[in-house]
Amino acid sequence: MVSRSFKHLSLVVGLLSCATAFAQSAKYSGVGRAPSATEIKDWDISVGPSGKELPPGSGTAKQGAPIYAAKCAGCHGVDLMDGKGGPRLRGGEGTLTSLRIERSIGSYWGFATTVWDFINRDMPPTPVRGTLTHEEVYALTAFILSKNNIIKEDEVMDAKSLPRVKMPNREGYVPFNPVYKKDAVRPHGSY
Amino acid sequence: MDEKKRGRRKFIKDSLVNTVALAGVAAGAVTTARGQGQDAVGMAPERRNAFTGRSAPSKFVKMARTMPPETPGYTPLQDMVGVITPNELHFMNTHYNLPEIDPAAHRLMIHGLVDKPMIWTMDELKRLPAVTRVHFLECNDNSAASLKGGKTAQGHGRTSCAEWTGVLLSTLLSEVGVQRGASWILAEGDDSGKHSKSIPLEKAMDDTIIAYGQNGEPLRPENGFPLRMVIPGFSGVHNIKWVRRIKLVDEPYMTKAEVASYSSVRPDGKARWFMMEMPPKSVITRPSGGQTLSGPGFHEIIGLAWSGRGAIRKVEVSADNGATWQPAALQGPVQRMAHTRFRLPWTWDGKATTLLSRCEDERGQTQPTLAELSKAWGVPADWWKQTRNPINLFNAIQPWRINADGSIENGFAFI
Repeated sequence: MVSRSFKHLSLVVGLLSCATAFAQSAKYSGVGRAPSATEIKDWDISVGPSGKELPPGSGTAKQGAPIYAAKCAGCHGVDLMDGKGGPRLRGGEGTLTSLRIERSIGSYWGFATTVWDFINRDMPPTPVRGTLTHEEVYALTAFILSKNNIIKEDEVMDAKSLPRVKMPNREGYVPFNPVYKKDAVRPHGSY
Repeated sequence: MDEKKRGRRKFIKDSLVNTVALAGVAAGAVTTARGQGQDAVGMAPERRNAFTGRSAPSKFVKMARTMPPETPGYTPLQDMVGVITPNELHFMNTHYNLPEIDPAAHRLMIHGLVDKPMIWTMDELKRLPAVTRVHFLECNDNSAASLKGGKTAQGHGRTSCAEWTGVLLSTLLSEVGVQRGASWILAEGDDSGKHSKSIPLEKAMDDTIIAYGQNGEPLRPENGFPLRMVIPGFSGVHNIKWVRRIKLVDEPYMTKAEVASYSSVRPDGKARWFMMEMPPKSVITRPSGGQTLSGPGFHEIIGLAWSGRGAIRKVEVSADNGATWQPAALQGPVQRMAHTRFRLPWTWDGKATTLLSRCEDERGQTQPTLAELSKAWGVPADWWKQTRNPINLFNAIQPWRINADGSIENGFAFI
């Protein structure tokens, strides 16, 4: 018995040292390089729900109104509702149980940071996407949230206040926090 | 023509060919070192003209993706015979433009919660150990359009299957060293809108491929040239094309695709979101909607089955609207998260009937009937027709109605 245990032990030790050796040799020398801090900063445009990547700057609905009129109203309409090519940005409350739902920022979007991130990376589509200044993005986000009666007209949106905005439909997602479990059996209708 | 004349003509022709060939050699035309090469100049024109640098389908073959006024970009499943989708027919969709990316300028960066952020060029990625695997890609809303009662491609053609070659993302992640606390990745493409999507780290470490090859050649532009993600079994929107950046993060990033466009509202108003794996599904592709049976007698029934949760274990076919079911033969090798071809011999008696197919995957999940799916969703049977809302992950059994004249209609048109 003793010798058998020893045998097992030595096998385990052998495997462990193999694994260590493999881990070391799995580095591929001379392939790829470290990016500079500037490269990472320039590429990393994503803003998550914590808002920790939000840049300095701020804006209010009042500051956003003229920017919206100049750069957004053409597609989304002066009242954010007539959608000439762009989707409606407000309205649709109470439609989510109907046969024709309206998913606007006010009726549906669960996170204010998503509004900031999307405007920053994608709007306006012409002449080139993603060309607004951070100040403009804060001001436009504030303007849209205000028109949806989610914040007040003079409320300042910045890296601290924006992630704290409570969106009306945040409780409307199931499950509340997304989960993934490999190999889980998901009954039809509850994917 | 007498023998003498024929012989003289042959002599003149041969001399001409030889003279041309010799002239070619004298002028430095290409011959192989062993002298076994075939000089194109020496070829008869009818033979020389048979060669092309890149071939096109026969002029008699009219296979194409759907185009406007139909919803564009669907694969013509009804015309296909194997499991691999030719690259020029792979379904396509895009949220923004079709970027034209110079591979020499393209870079992939991995950063965030890692020990050592890194950037690779395309040449560098190709130096790393690679894998080649067959997987389907399917749009999250595929098959919902079939409820409108249309033909096969228009209903189900937002799925395709290809052999993908590239580096496992786990290889790259082990190079950068994933830090404790990372639980998701955020992947981003280099299209005009920088489409981005959160993917669980567990899946990224499992079988996700950073692919540069599609069926033996570089990716097609509409499928992400020069670099894309292939996340086996996950709906199309996750499989970031033109991928340029992957950030290791500690929570899903709630992008617009997650919070708005790619979530699905239940009848009770609650939104299902982060619907990742595509459910088990099968479709008979021949005979199928829009085709016509030429007459009674033998017709092999063929179709495709697939699941985002692994391999297809079983496909059954009913030729009498569900009264009886027979097991179909599966064309091997049956691969995980890949289209699987099934076949069943069938002799049509010339009477009206309805063909059905249902599949089961390796987790034992079976494709539901529309009634079963209605029950699971908590909706009445006619809800599917009445709703104007997006329907995602629709995988109900597809009925094809065979009329006595051989014409085939979509059974969903009659519910």
